[in-house]
Amino acid sequence: MLASAATAAAAPNPADLEAELVCPTCDTTLDQSNAPVAQRMKQIIRQHLAAGWTEAEIKADLVDQFGSGVLAEPPKSGFDLLAWLLPLGLLVAGAFGVGIVAWGWSRRRDAPDGDEEPPDRLDPELERRVDAELERYDA
Amino acid sequence: MTGTVQRVGQAIALIGVAALLGLLIWKVAFGNEDGAADDLARGEVVTAPAFDLDRLDRDGTLSMAELRGKAVVVNFWASWCIPCRDEAPVLQQTYERYRDQGLVVLGVDVNDFRRDARSFMRKFGLTYPVVYDGKGSTVGKWGVRGFPETFFVDRSGKLVGERISGAVDIERNRDTFERGVALALGSKQ
Repeated sequence: MLASAATAAAAPNPADLEAELVCPTCDTTLDQSNAPVAQRMKQIIRQHLAAGWTEAEIKADLVDQFGSGVLAEPPKSGFDLLAWLLPLGLLVAGAFGVGIVAWGWSRRRDAPDGDEEPPDRLDPELERRVDAELERYDA
Repeated sequence: MTGTVQRVGQAIALIGVAALLGLLIWKVAFGNEDGAADDLARGEVVTAPAFDLDRLDRDGTLSMAELRGKAVVVNFWASWCIPCRDEAPVLQQTYERYRDQGLVVLGVDVNDFRRDARSFMRKFGLTYPVVYDGKGSTVGKWGVRGFPETFFVDRSGKLVGERISGAVDIERNRDTFERGVALALGSKQ
């Protein structure tokens, strides 16, 4: 009883499969397509499910007929693995690049600029003008 | 040290921009390649795009190269395509009528289930060669935009006549079809 309940729970749902497979003539998932070939594919999926096929077996059959482009997600093996790894690699490389640039900017801001010593007091002439302006303001 | 880091950052940014520019140029130069149908419509001399595909009418494969020296009517179809059913008898009759003169009707079954295609062939009594292109690998190269579509290839492997989009039909395009067959056979028209 428990075993049959577990089997029923694990049985693939046609709607899930239709969302994971692509119509070859319209490049949308089967659940979004009413193209004749999509309708035929949905029919075949239901026939296979009724015959007890597993999700993997159904996908394998459709890949055999239409190629791996029928899968909405590329397989995580072989050359198709690149489709998963490349965006991750670019993300890591981008973060690394941004980090390097940010580190460079922060270093440049913190460091004194070459041989020039920062002035510890104002130019006497400027100081005199500032004092004069302040006095005028106070008055 | 700061200068070095800055230069590395600039180099990375430059490489990124150069890569994106390269992709753009590649896409413009090669990504929008027209199919043979578009070249033919512009009046260019076009060699029929090559393919080598599994046969559905028997075991083995068939390539365009093997058909050099024959006049070929190349018909792209699928069993789920309603107009393909209408034209199937016309294509079979054409094959039977001109076969002795060296004409081959070649069906290319695209984006289809093999079992459905074989069932279609039995139902309509097709005896001409049919190859299977489930992935649709020929579609882009030939410039096929829908099903059915029909092309004519002469004995030297060049496309001739006009591409027929839609079913071959007695009222709509029979003249175009017969002219294509005649050009493929090398008859004056």
